[in-house]
Amino acid sequence: MTSRKTVLVLGGSSDIGRATARAFAKAGYDVGLAGRDVAVLEPDAADLQARYNIEAKIWAFNALDTASFQSFVGSLPSLPDVVISIVGLLGVQENAQNDLDHAATIMRSNYEGPALILGLFTEKFLARGNGTIVGVSSVAGDRGRASNYVYGSAKAGFSAFLSGLRARASRGGVHVITVKPGFVRTKMTEGIKLIGPLTVEPQIAGNAILDAVQKQRDVIYVSEKWRLVMLVIKTLPEAIFKKLKF
Amino acid sequence: MTLVTGWGRFPVIDTEISRPCSLAAVGEAIAATAGAIARGNGRAYGDAAIGARATIAMTSFDRIRSFDPATGRIRLEAGVLLSDLIETFGPRGFLPFVVPGTRFVSVGGAIAADVHGKNHHCEGGFGRYVERILLRTGQGETIEVSREDHSDVFSATVGGMGLTGVILEASMRLRPVETGWIRERIISASDLTAAMRALDAGDSATYSVAWIDCAARGSELGRSLIYLGEHANRGDLPDDTDEFPTGQAPGFSVPIDFPSMTLNRYSIRAFNELYYRKGARRAGGDHVVSLYPYFFPLDTIGGWNRIYGRRGFLQHQCVIPGHGAREVLGDILERITRRGDASFLAVLKKLGQGEGLLSFPLPGYTLALDFPLRGDILSFLDEIDRLVVAAGGRLYLAKDARQSRATFEAGYPDLPRFNAIRQTLDPEGKIRSRLSQRLFDEVQP
Repeated sequence: MTSRKTVLVLGGSSDIGRATARAFAKAGYDVGLAGRDVAVLEPDAADLQARYNIEAKIWAFNALDTASFQSFVGSLPSLPDVVISIVGLLGVQENAQNDLDHAATIMRSNYEGPALILGLFTEKFLARGNGTIVGVSSVAGDRGRASNYVYGSAKAGFSAFLSGLRARASRGGVHVITVKPGFVRTKMTEGIKLIGPLTVEPQIAGNAILDAVQKQRDVIYVSEKWRLVMLVIKTLPEAIFKKLKF
Repeated sequence: MTLVTGWGRFPVIDTEISRPCSLAAVGEAIAATAGAIARGNGRAYGDAAIGARATIAMTSFDRIRSFDPATGRIRLEAGVLLSDLIETFGPRGFLPFVVPGTRFVSVGGAIAADVHGKNHHCEGGFGRYVERILLRTGQGETIEVSREDHSDVFSATVGGMGLTGVILEASMRLRPVETGWIRERIISASDLTAAMRALDAGDSATYSVAWIDCAARGSELGRSLIYLGEHANRGDLPDDTDEFPTGQAPGFSVPIDFPSMTLNRYSIRAFNELYYRKGARRAGGDHVVSLYPYFFPLDTIGGWNRIYGRRGFLQHQCVIPGHGAREVLGDILERITRRGDASFLAVLKKLGQGEGLLSFPLPGYTLALDFPLRGDILSFLDEIDRLVVAAGGRLYLAKDARQSRATFEAGYPDLPRFNAIRQTLDPEGKIRSRLSQRLFDEVQP
């Protein structure tokens, strides 16, 4: 065992997950990477160890398998200092409109799974009396839009969950952070038209998450431009908003 | 289909781009098309990293597989950038042995172009420090090549412009350093002869390079500043200095394409005059500078390639064998200054023996010049090429967008051997770039 701080990244094989793990490892954290396919996580763990001379471990974790959450948390040799959920699924809005299974999977991947696992970790952290929880939500959760409201509504639920969790946990010495990335150039957004000035590389998102943990922020937009964009989107009257095609 | 260019932004080519994330997906990308090439960070100037049909973007492969701090040996994926290596391992006391003029190149690209740095005259090129390469061939085989195993493929892959297959991973050595600082000495030379003499005198320096003021004419032709450098030790640094300088993000980005009128003989001359005077003032004694401005002066200006305007620019980099180089280089410089659209940047440096079959370096002097793409520049450069070929020289493929087959074939005598190796690795011609179509491949009837 080392005396370094530890971070557990759920959804560690995503581009933001990898970038976040690198940012924390660079800052001297030991890292746990959790994801569905551990074979995919192995080279990333080796990368972190080779780069930053820290310990990196990998864990199998499936955000849709909520029944396994208790035993997953129980199987960890020690409770990490920071837990970050980057779990999410963009899905395809058009398919979700008729394919209820697909819609449910989007909802469960973006809300049910991340909320339940972070809630569970928060209870453990509260029992210990410290810890930081980070939930990566989305600007899409700020207001449901025609083009992605299945995804957006799940993220809205997740954001609301984190907000309440933060209020409750802060009294017990546990800090909860909500991250709203905006457009990030990743595998998930490949093929989607992104607006250049509003788009960042995963590395920027990873560094922003580390910064938010170090400064114990509450809600961050990875790019501050998004705070303004979403403020405008949120304040548009419904009569106008419903006519917009985005 | 996507429009893609190299760093020089000429030519512009419509290509399919795939971004595989697994080694299996790279194999599929090769199998799916007749004519693919790997692309790293897109810093080759011309058409080297654009596929004949499809382009395989390798930047997702950015993992370090292992690192041994006792020996400096590192195993890494081909998409790792040198900037990443410097920032990650510099503070741990290790740097790449060889860095080109920009740190934003991938390891795969650096091997494929066998890039050289300011230390080529004494320490060789990037390929010299590469020990093993994992390669995916056009036939769909994954082979590990080294100086011991498949040595012919290894020597064709170092400097082989990606044409032996997609470079997936490499093992290489990093240089142990005490600091990330360079002890620099600037020497001013009043003309070309003096500049070449200063470079010869600087043979014992680890790093040496001359910046030629192409706006200087007549008796001042070849007026230069010579930058010599050594790795600084801890004792060379002031007490309050960190051993490793913080990496600098580009301090200034070129946000738009400059109108192509911006660079004219007057603006270039004014810039060069200023640059020369500033450097000449600092000439003389040693001073310590961060490795970033020493090795990568242009990296501080993000997107500097846009100052040449939308039409792009050409870089012409030749090497002239040592014997009689003074005369040929003088002739070339003379013609350039006579034309008037003197290069914005002209670099002269000494090279040693190349590593691979198609590696650019040979013992002699290399001269690199930029030209905005306009007027009769293409025919003018053909004229320069004739001088290069007559002197037994050659052009750097990583910079090239326009040389003729005749120039290429005259400059690279090992080409038949290279082609034979490529033929056995890839009989169907699955691995092909725009550059190979232009210079290597059999012309389709």
